[in-house]
Formats: sequence, C-alpha cells, structure tokens
Amino acid sequence: MRRFTQLFLEVDRTTRTSEKTAALRRYFEEAPPEDAAWALAVLTGQKLIRRVSYKRLRAWAGEATGYGDWLLGECHSSVGDLSETLSLILPPAKAPRPDEPLRRVVEERILPLAQMTEAEQRTALLGAWDAFDGTERFLFHKLISGNFRFGAARKVVVNALAAAAGVDPAVMQHRLSGRYTPSVAAFGALLSADDGDNDDPARPYPFYLAHQLDDPPTVHAMGQPSDWRAEWKWDGIRAQLIRRSGQTLLWSRGDELITDAFPELRAAGDLLSDGTVLDGEVLAWDEDQPLPFGSLQKRLNRKRVEMMLFVDVPVVFMAYDALEADGQDLRQTDTDARRAVLERLLPGDAALRLSPLIAFESWDELAVLRAESRDRGVEGVMLKRAEASYGTGRTDRGSWWKWKVDPYTVDCVMVYAQRGTGRRSTLYTDYTFAVWDGDERGQGELVPVTKAYSGLTDEEFAKVDRFIRGHSTGKKGSFREVKPELVFEIAFEGINASDRHKSGVALRFPRMHRWRTEKKPTEADTLGSLKRLLDARPS
Amino acid sequence: MTHAHSDHATPGSQRYLCSDVGKPVLAQRVHAEAEIEGLPYGKATTINGVTVSLHPAGHLLGSAQVRVEQRGRVEVVSGDYKVAPDGTCAAFEVVPCDRFITESTFGLPVYRWRGDDETTTEMLAWWGGNRDAGRTSVVFAYALGKAQRVLHMLQTGVDELPGPVVVHGAVKRFVDVYRDAGVALPEVDTSTDGSRKACKGKGLVVAPPSVLGTPWLRKFAPYSTAFASGWMAIRGNRRRRGVDRGFVVSDHADWPGLLDTIRATGCRSVGVTHGYTEVLVRYLREQGMDADVVPTRYEGESDSEKEPPMTTDDHG
Repeated sequence: MRRFTQLFLEVDRTTRTSEKTAALRRYFEEAPPEDAAWALAVLTGQKLIRRVSYKRLRAWAGEATGYGDWLLGECHSSVGDLSETLSLILPPAKAPRPDEPLRRVVEERILPLAQMTEAEQRTALLGAWDAFDGTERFLFHKLISGNFRFGAARKVVVNALAAAAGVDPAVMQHRLSGRYTPSVAAFGALLSADDGDNDDPARPYPFYLAHQLDDPPTVHAMGQPSDWRAEWKWDGIRAQLIRRSGQTLLWSRGDELITDAFPELRAAGDLLSDGTVLDGEVLAWDEDQPLPFGSLQKRLNRKRVEMMLFVDVPVVFMAYDALEADGQDLRQTDTDARRAVLERLLPGDAALRLSPLIAFESWDELAVLRAESRDRGVEGVMLKRAEASYGTGRTDRGSWWKWKVDPYTVDCVMVYAQRGTGRRSTLYTDYTFAVWDGDERGQGELVPVTKAYSGLTDEEFAKVDRFIRGHSTGKKGSFREVKPELVFEIAFEGINASDRHKSGVALRFPRMHRWRTEKKPTEADTLGSLKRLLDARPS
Repeated sequence: MTHAHSDHATPGSQRYLCSDVGKPVLAQRVHAEAEIEGLPYGKATTINGVTVSLHPAGHLLGSAQVRVEQRGRVEVVSGDYKVAPDGTCAAFEVVPCDRFITESTFGLPVYRWRGDDETTTEMLAWWGGNRDAGRTSVVFAYALGKAQRVLHMLQTGVDELPGPVVVHGAVKRFVDVYRDAGVALPEVDTSTDGSRKACKGKGLVVAPPSVLGTPWLRKFAPYSTAFASGWMAIRGNRRRRGVDRGFVVSDHADWPGLLDTIRATGCRSVGVTHGYTEVLVRYLREQGMDADVVPTRYEGESDSEKEPPMTTDDHG
C-alpha cells in the first residue's frame, strides 16, 4: 500500500490541480495494474464495502486505547473525521512489516469484512491496527469507511487517466461513465489507446451542462434572439435514455443507472429504434404540468418499484436533445439539426415527450414569458445557441445558458450549529434555521424550518463560528444550541409539505443568501407566511 | 507576566514583573515608559507576604511558570508551556506544588508531537523541492516564538541552508531579540528589492499568517505555502487554511506532555485553563484526581496558537 500512500500524500500536499493530475498520472502509469485497478475504483468514489459501523470502530478503539467513549467522541467531534481520529489516537503499530500491495489489502483485509460477524471484524481490525501506522492507517480507515474523498475531484482523476492512456479527456469520461468493476482487464481496457469500442451500449455520452445566466439577456450581451432557441428549464432528474443493441438504459447525470426505478420509461424506450440516445429530464407529471421534485424522490429511493405505484406518481421523460440516431453520433451537428432529428425520433408514446420550444421575438418578450415559470412548475428558461454543437461538461462557455427565476427568500434565525465536513471539519458551518411559529413576527416560538451550509464567505463563516462558540446554550449530540440572535436571509427554490419535519414544510436547495446583520431575531419571518407559499404553489 | 504573547501581556500597566530573560521580549509589547522588573529563574521575591518565583516554561524566550508560596502551601501557574526542550529558550522545569494551574490548548489525545528532527527534515526537503521547481518557500508562523523556532530548527538541522531567508518586519523584531539572547538563527533580511531578488524562486520567507493574500507576499510569487503550528496535526485545519503543507511545530504541551507534567508536579489539585478545559478536567477526575476549570477572560484574541486558526487575518 506504500505506493498508494505516496500518491495520497502527493495529492494531499499540494493545492495545485496540475500537480495533483501529474501525481495521479504517474501512479496510473507506474503502479502494478492489479493495484491501480482498485485505486481507480476508490478514486472515482466507489464504496468497497458497506462501512463498518462507527459505533463498533469506536468501541474497539476504546479497548485498544483505554479511553472512554465520551473522550473518543470529543476527539471525533474536534477532528471531524473518524478515520483520522483513529489514526491519531491508536497506539503505534507493533513491528514494521513488509509492504502489503493495495490489491492484497483490499482483497484480503477489506472485502472479507462484509461477510464477517462482529467478533471476526473486531479481530480483523485489531490486526490491521497492528499492521499499519500513520498515513497508511488513516487510508485503511478511509477505505473501510465508504466515503473517501481523496482530495482530487473526479474530473482530475479522469484527466490523469486520459493522459496516462493518451486519449482525449472526453473519451476517457465516456469510457468511465457507467459501471467500472475493478479488474486488471477493465483497467487495461480503460488505458487502451484505441477508441474503436463505441459499440458498448452501456455508456452514455458526457452530459453538456449549461452556465448560469445572472443578468437578463440583451442584444449586446447575447446577440440577436433569432440566433437562440429557448425551452423551459425543467426541474427533474437530468438523464440520457439509451437504446442500443436491443437494450434500453436510463443514466442519470450522476452516472447512475436508474432504469429500474422507472420501468415505464424503459417500456417507452423499447419503442425507439436501435442506436438512439436522447438527452432530457425525468419528471413527475400530472396531465399537463410537472409535479414537485419531491414526488420523484419517492421513486428513486425504491430499488424495485411495484407496478401499482405508477398511478400515484406518473413519470415522463421530457426529451430535449438527440445525441445519437441510427447509431450515428450527432453531437457535432448544430442545435437545429439535432432538434429536427429529435422530433422525427419520438414515437408518440405518452411517457416520452418533446420539450416544446418557446417562441419569442425579442429578449423582452422572453423575460415576460420567464416570469410565468413558477405558475408552469418550471425553474426558468434554457437558452441554446442555434448553431452550437453538443459539448462536454461545462467547459465551453456561451452555448447553453440557464436563466432561472429568482429564488424565494425568507429571513430566519439561527438556532443550532454543527461542524462541517472535510475542509470545514473544525468550524461550525452547518446551521439550522427557524421562523416564528404563528403569523406574527416575534410572537410565539421559533420552529426550525431548514438547514443550510453554503453561501457565506470564509470570513463570514469564521465570524459566525466565533459567535457560536461564545453563545452556545447547550449540546444535543453533534448539535450546538445557539442563542437565537443571528438573522440570515435564506434563499430556496421551492417548498413542499412534509410530515417528516415538525414545521410541516421542507425547503428545496436552501442556502444562505445574506447575513442580515441589521435585523433583530424578532424581525424574522413566520411559518404562516411560508405556508401561504405552499398553498399558492401550482399543484 | 508568564510570557509576552498578547493574550497574556497587554500594554497599559505601569509596572511589570517577568523573567529577566523575558525583559527585552516584553519591552517590545508594552509602553516604552512602563517599568519592567526582571527576575532570574528560580530566584524568590516577596510580594505582600507571598513568596513568588519564576521558573522556565519552555514556551518561548523568557516564558515562565509562576510559583507562589504562603504558609507552606505552594501553587504554580504554568502559563503556556512546552515540555520538550528546543534550543530557543530555557527548557521546561517541573516545579513540585500542592495546586497546579495548567493550560490545556492541546488537551485532547489526538495531539501527540513527534520529535523536531523529523519535522526539520521534512521542512528542508520541502524547501529543496520548491527550489528545484523554481518556487519560493513561504512558511506562515506567528511572529513571536514560532517564527524564531522554525528558523532555529532549520539553521541547526543542516550545514548549509538551501537558500537565503527573508522575514516579515514583525518577525524581524523578535529575531533580533532572540539573536541578542544567544539563540542560533540564520542570517535574515526583511523584504527589499535586493532581498526579494535573491530570495525569489529559491529562498525561504517566514511571515505571520496575516500576509496571505497581501501585495507584500505576492511579490515573492511563484511560491509554495506552509503553515507551522500544532493545529496542523489535523488535516482539516490545514485544508481549511488553503496551504500546501502543514508542519506540526507547537510551543505547547501535547496530551502526554500535559498528563506527565501534572503527575510529575505531585500536586493534589489541578486547575485547568485556556483550551480543552472541560475535557481535561473530566479525564483527570476519571483518573481519581481533584480537578476543576479555571475560567479565563482572554481566549480568542491572541497572536499565539491558542485556538484553531480560523481565517487568514486572524492570528488565533
């Protein structure tokens, strides 16, 4: 595991992406393929096993160190990461041992943990603590913890692998999207130089992503409206529907295969001819309107969906682009050409819809139409340059824009704080916010409505962190109760009724919009005003 | 005064008492007119019928523990202290007492320091690597104590340093004081056109963390950054700082250091202040000791490594 540890340190010890990429590339080129195959799985975020429970790890660490569980808890909460905490407090390893290759560590020490009883796991862990020290011990814990963030974004890993293989990063992303099963053969295939294996039906194209448009479009900034095509910005799951080699597959943008969750879309895809790839949005749909995003999540959370459930949550695939037709990659053709193909391809099945174009003559007219977004249950409008090809990721700026409607905002009082994770594990950066429970500001009680952890600058986070440390009124697990004094404007994209929350509402994409230092907690908003938003929402 | 960090030594008083070694250090921190009395380590004086003496705390140049005795009862206030000797100040001495008031900045079992030698080797390797890549090496360290300690570690760690050294003015003041006290330190320059030219791409810059993002620092670009602090033992602290490297160099006692010292004083009662007070008190009580929290008014406004570094402009 030494070479892998060295890679980790090289990546961890620089903030420069070029150096991280170079270190990864060297590793892919130099490390034995049987080790690198596993390293790649870990680097791309695959879990090796269902994680060994924190409770057990802490109990065994208590035995090994003699420290009470409360003290391990204090350490864990201060460090913010159990793997690191354990590597710091456990006694040094017994004797120095010869290096164990990563493959052996994974196959002989880690994968077997999944089948073990608690007692066997304990023996295995105590054995590992004797074998590994320092950074190796930290990495071992990370490998069994199921959420290893290596310090290199997926894109960096993909670029490094592409460089090692001598292929275009887009090609590597294409090869990597889908299911990678670690093996010497699979790793070798990824690293192979030729690109003659486009027949694999299981691989989506890299999604082309839109940039956010902050200011209303003008002729000066965007050019003539006639050079652009507009559509509604749907609020669902971005996905590719693929029909190849007699199979239908639905891939989400997170590179997850979600076909099983949406059998009616599979059935609709089966009607497409072979060699077809559509880009679009999976939406919960009722007659002529999308349903709130929350109704889709119910589906995703179930692995096997009973046919009867469809009646409750009907789902459609709203197609807006054709990436492949008759086995031909269309991505280099322009927007209008792909649109023409798309309109020809759709079989007229109710579950497979065509995202309509919005007709507009001027930017002002589009602005007026955009204002209808909330009533239509969409997030705003999309703009696609008529002559643009279908790009990769978010790299080339200027061809696709999302012009979202302004978010909702609500003034809330901070009532609880938790430490962040990763880079922010030593700071209080995750906050719970409350509003007044009745209809009167400053009357009744504060009821928590949402959590948020983004939107402040590092400086603001440091100030808030300091306030929390000085104004904590108690502790509940990892939550610190905070004196209700700070007011924040929370921006959010939508609101749903929720019986899982005491407040009865759940906000979508909440984030801190502004720290209202000029406001007193008595000036925060009320639950009544939020609930009225719920009623006004189109159903 | 136990030592001259600003959370312990504040200007405004007319008279100060500190160790005689610490006098020139403290003089940098208080009014020029203030009267500073220096007391040699171990020498007793009597104030209002209480016998008072100062003893080395190993924290920085002139740092002291305060021993007070009256009617046979002895109490010792540790101030900030570090157990391992380091060559920039008198080594910590255990002072037997009835009650010991200890700091607890690093009072968690996750903090266990390695020897300085290993860290020195790492720093020199990092500096050499940067020089080979044509980058300046920038170490962020608190201006009093830590900066001189880092310079001393490098100076005594190798026959010839990989390149010239430039320090920030805030660091330079105390480099001079340390050098006058006989501490081995490399030749250093402040930032001038000439010194920057010699330093850029190969030398070392030692500056307080507050220079990050300022034009003062940008003139040394391209550079690689490191932070020297006990807090760097935790990966999250370093990543949040946004520096390339973290070197674990602390001027406080680690967890074993705190426990060993408490035991060695033979005290029957422990007061815990400044840091993880509640954790250490609870642990000591579990071990059957009489321990309590001693509140402080001076947390969170220091220029030492008293609390985890928050942002770049915060000296914490």
